[in-house]
Amino acid sequence: MGLYLRPTTLEGALALLAERPRTVLAGGTDHFPARVASTPDEDILDISALPGLRAIVRHGSYWVVPCLATWSDLIAAPLPAAFDGLKAAARQVGGPQVQNLGTVVGNICNASPAADGIPCLLTLDAEVVLASRAGRRTIPLADFVLGPRRTARRPEELVLALQIPAPPETARASFLKLGARRYLVISIVMVAAYAEIAADGRIARARIAVGACSPVARRLFALEADLIGRRPDPALVEVRHLAPLAPIDDVRGTAAYRRAAALELVRRAVAALGAEEALAAA
Amino acid sequence: MRSPLATIAFTLNGRAVEVRADPARRLADVLREDLGLTGTKIGCNAGDCGACTVLLDGAQVCACLVPFGRVAGCRITTVEGLAEEGGALSALQTAFLRHGAAQCGICTPGMLMAAADLLARTPHPTEAEVMDALGGVLCRCTGYRKIIEAVLDASGPIPSPQLNPLRRDEAKREPSVGTRLAKVDGVAKLTGAEKFGADALPDEPFLTLRAVRSPHAHARFTIGDLAPLYAAHPGLVRVLTAADIPGRNLYGIYPTGKDQPVLAEGYVRHRGEPVCALVGDADTLAAIRDEDVPITWHVLPPVPFETAADGPDLHAHAPGNVLCRGRVARGDVEAAEAAAHARAAIAVRTSFVEHAYIEPEAGYAQRIGDRIEVVACTQTPYMDRDEIAGILGIAPEQVRVVPTAVGGGFGGKLDLSIQPLVCVAAWLLRRPVRMVYTRPESMGATTKRHPAAIHAEAWADAEGRLLAFRFHGDFDTGAYASWGPTVANRVPVHAMGPYAVPNVLCTTAAIHTTAPPSGAFRGFGVPQAAIAGEALMDMLAERLGLDPWEIRRRNALGVGSVTATGQVLGPGAALPECLDAIRPRWQALRAEATAFNRNARGPLRRGAGLACMWYGIGNTSLSNPSEMVMGLRRDGRAVLFSGAVDIGQGSNTIMVQIAADALGVPPSAVELVAGDTDRTRDAGKTSASRQTFVSGNAAKRAGEALRAEILRRCNAGPEAVITLAEGRVIVNDGGVATTLDLAALAPDAEGIVLRGEGRFDPPTTELDADGQGIPYATYAFAAQAALVEVDTALGTVRVVRIVAAHDVGRAINPTLVEGQIHGGIAQGLGLALMEEFMPGRTENLHDYLIPTIGDVPPIEVILIEQPDSLGPYGAKGVGEPALIATAPAILNAIAHATGVRMTHVPATPDRVLAALTQ
Repeated sequence: MGLYLRPTTLEGALALLAERPRTVLAGGTDHFPARVASTPDEDILDISALPGLRAIVRHGSYWVVPCLATWSDLIAAPLPAAFDGLKAAARQVGGPQVQNLGTVVGNICNASPAADGIPCLLTLDAEVVLASRAGRRTIPLADFVLGPRRTARRPEELVLALQIPAPPETARASFLKLGARRYLVISIVMVAAYAEIAADGRIARARIAVGACSPVARRLFALEADLIGRRPDPALVEVRHLAPLAPIDDVRGTAAYRRAAALELVRRAVAALGAEEALAAA
Repeated sequence: MRSPLATIAFTLNGRAVEVRADPARRLADVLREDLGLTGTKIGCNAGDCGACTVLLDGAQVCACLVPFGRVAGCRITTVEGLAEEGGALSALQTAFLRHGAAQCGICTPGMLMAAADLLARTPHPTEAEVMDALGGVLCRCTGYRKIIEAVLDASGPIPSPQLNPLRRDEAKREPSVGTRLAKVDGVAKLTGAEKFGADALPDEPFLTLRAVRSPHAHARFTIGDLAPLYAAHPGLVRVLTAADIPGRNLYGIYPTGKDQPVLAEGYVRHRGEPVCALVGDADTLAAIRDEDVPITWHVLPPVPFETAADGPDLHAHAPGNVLCRGRVARGDVEAAEAAAHARAAIAVRTSFVEHAYIEPEAGYAQRIGDRIEVVACTQTPYMDRDEIAGILGIAPEQVRVVPTAVGGGFGGKLDLSIQPLVCVAAWLLRRPVRMVYTRPESMGATTKRHPAAIHAEAWADAEGRLLAFRFHGDFDTGAYASWGPTVANRVPVHAMGPYAVPNVLCTTAAIHTTAPPSGAFRGFGVPQAAIAGEALMDMLAERLGLDPWEIRRRNALGVGSVTATGQVLGPGAALPECLDAIRPRWQALRAEATAFNRNARGPLRRGAGLACMWYGIGNTSLSNPSEMVMGLRRDGRAVLFSGAVDIGQGSNTIMVQIAADALGVPPSAVELVAGDTDRTRDAGKTSASRQTFVSGNAAKRAGEALRAEILRRCNAGPEAVITLAEGRVIVNDGGVATTLDLAALAPDAEGIVLRGEGRFDPPTTELDADGQGIPYATYAFAAQAALVEVDTALGTVRVVRIVAAHDVGRAINPTLVEGQIHGGIAQGLGLALMEEFMPGRTENLHDYLIPTIGDVPPIEVILIEQPDSLGPYGAKGVGEPALIATAPAILNAIAHATGVRMTHVPATPDRVLAALTQ
């Protein structure tokens, strides 16, 4: 028989995970939708009662998004401008009901190709902190998400937090999500852009990521390199920069459409980096 | 599988409670099943619809996404906790009632909770803030605009001239017809008290039923030995198969078209077709996976729409997979072509569209002696009754159908859903049996709007007068007939649009495929046909250098016009008036679009589009009578016995308003007994936009008959004033008051001492082989204009504004009429831009997209009230007319914005961009 447990200490939670594999449940916003037609016989570890794992805080040279921080917590948190893209993504995850429950960490653990948080987190160089009874380890987000619904989390591990290197004051970010309706929409394409702008208005560092166009959201490293030393200009984005993408046909759009839309959105996201205020929505 | 029970303490609607339940269950289930708080509705169990929204420590969440164990120590507020102390409606609930923000009411608790969260944080929100806060709740009825109005109104003193006081009817002699009376069943929808299909439970312990459905579109199958399944699951009471059906294992809409099995007999024709049914307790059924049932499948190639003619034939009676054909022919199209100055032609493809009502099908049946009672959501209790009788092999009188509140229908609840299976199970097992469809089941197994493949051509003279119109439409009617013949017959009558065309040849075919059955969906094929016809009008106008408004006005059907079936239109045919009313708005929208594009430097372009429509009210050339009874009880209360099912559109309120005026009393004096085949007469189905026109006439006649009886007994003249009082009626005739003592009269079984009966059947004639005759007693007309913005680099389309001028004869209740128009426009917008059902791929509300609160633009409604000579107080229907012109207006606007005409709907971003870059 499936067992539901809701430990109140991290040690207790890690001990339970060490015993046997359990389905980890935080916000529940991906858990329950996957169980509409039938309920599997599974042990559930509800981590929502673990203390001290909700507030988004600056810790040394990192911003820490703990595993119980919801999208709404993120939207409300006083964060630097470099997080504007991630906040824009948060405001477009499901509806307010989902934003109030769903966690940012849960979004990366669910590892959907259309996960709204992952492109921005990639551009923020986020790292994933995992804990088990054996200790902790930290890996880059790009190494954590392995494929659709697949991550590097071991069964006995809990993702404790995301940690994001504190961006410089000059950093700005944008996020563009393309869907076929205004609210409650799964992305056809999404683009996150991050840049550090030098005093002369030129890009000192750039990171660009595209979601829903490959099994895992992808950084566009060639584009990032080509942007260095330039002012944000959509004309700098070329078709070849999108080579890492491998979009598919699905109910939301064709692969050809995704390529065309991704190119347009990357151009707009780059243009937004040069705008007074970064764009927040497609 | 269940976890051990846990006792959880939390605060529920302000009270400390302790509840013992499985902590892994959804909070929504515990609230509904264990605590009886059925105001929290379940529409999807996946966080896609927001119907189950509750407040968790003051923040809106979907109760279907919260494990019950998590609420320990939390504050939970449900819709039952919204009212003031003492039960008075809150300001928010009152605003919803006043604005008609609840139609069917299934999304209303979710909307109210989301709004309550917003108003607690932001007491005076902007419209954008309201949309952001309510963006997680889907509504399929209202088009959202009245919900936005209500939330803004509840948040502060924003005086609105549209609002009438709630109790205006208390001023007795003032007619109710024409007033914005609040819905008579509105309060229950706002408090969570209303019982929908899944909320109604039998008094006795009941069994649960689940259908096992085909995962294949086309297959043969055998069911193996069930003994091991029974042995493994002691709680499994019965597995029903086709052999268990006591009567005829076939049903269907038409008397000659019974072709759909309750349970398939070794052969399935669509994915989702039920092959057997498991009956037992809910926990037992949850533990049985479909794969545990020993079914051996032999998969066959599917029969797609494009190649259905090549076979194999799915039904012996439909060679070439042609179920039926329709035809209207008038004049000589070929001769007219030769004389024409301009020609336009188009090919259009449309997709399966899902009704996507937020209430999945649900209900129960119980056997009482040699009768069966079914309590379920339905649009057509009497047709259900007769079908169930056939399936059980009993007389119709042995079946009682009690409709619950219906959480949206739009045609989808005209076909049987859960009823055959729960009736068979309850009949055989002699225990109440309940069934609730899951969201994927509701979407995968029930009827759809027919996809259409249309070719149409139109010819005009140099002045833009239509000379000829030729149309052929193939309609994918899916695996079973359902309402396919209705579509095939209705479309040819309407296909040329609301215009006078002397030479017409319109043909249709309903084609069987291995898709889910296409059935009735708001407009019966006419919305699909209008996409072609209204495109042709714009194309002809462009060729002739005419404004789109001008060509429509020159050809508009009006009073005295002759239709393509040879019918002369009577008083009330008001398309010219609709067009004249919309003209200044149309010109303004067109100018706005042109000015925007002149200054546009980025990829955005705007366009304005116009479309007209007409729609015959009631069944096509078929008798479709309604009967109503109105009576006085001994206590002096008037009672209207109405079999017209209110599916949210407001017929309960409309019938009361009409009957009250006919009797000459305020509507507050009229009680309603609605939709119970044991207590109400047959008022036909809630379909074909017929309830206001047909049942409204019956209600009027019943009220008039009761009035005549009262006046006769008092020897009073026709102008006398009737006042109902405790146990008596006072009739004042020119200053002479007569009192009728009701206590002295003998009551009938319903407690009625005086009664009036009314019947109305719209006068029509049969159509001949060329479709000539009078298919409908009357028609509704409309003209709608849309302003859109197209992102030409992404292919996305945003509708900026809609203006809708509708010929309604008389608005019995303007708020409800506007609500129908708003909701129809929202569905038309979905049809045009986003809705495409794909069997097996979009069987949920996140892959199948319907418009959200942010997708429906401001709508200006212009009501044209030119009384119809046959309508009750001049009224006609508006339910389907509301939708039909919207999609073509939007598509015409896209063409105006971009120069590209979208012929494949929905015009999704990928299709629009492909068309733009071709």
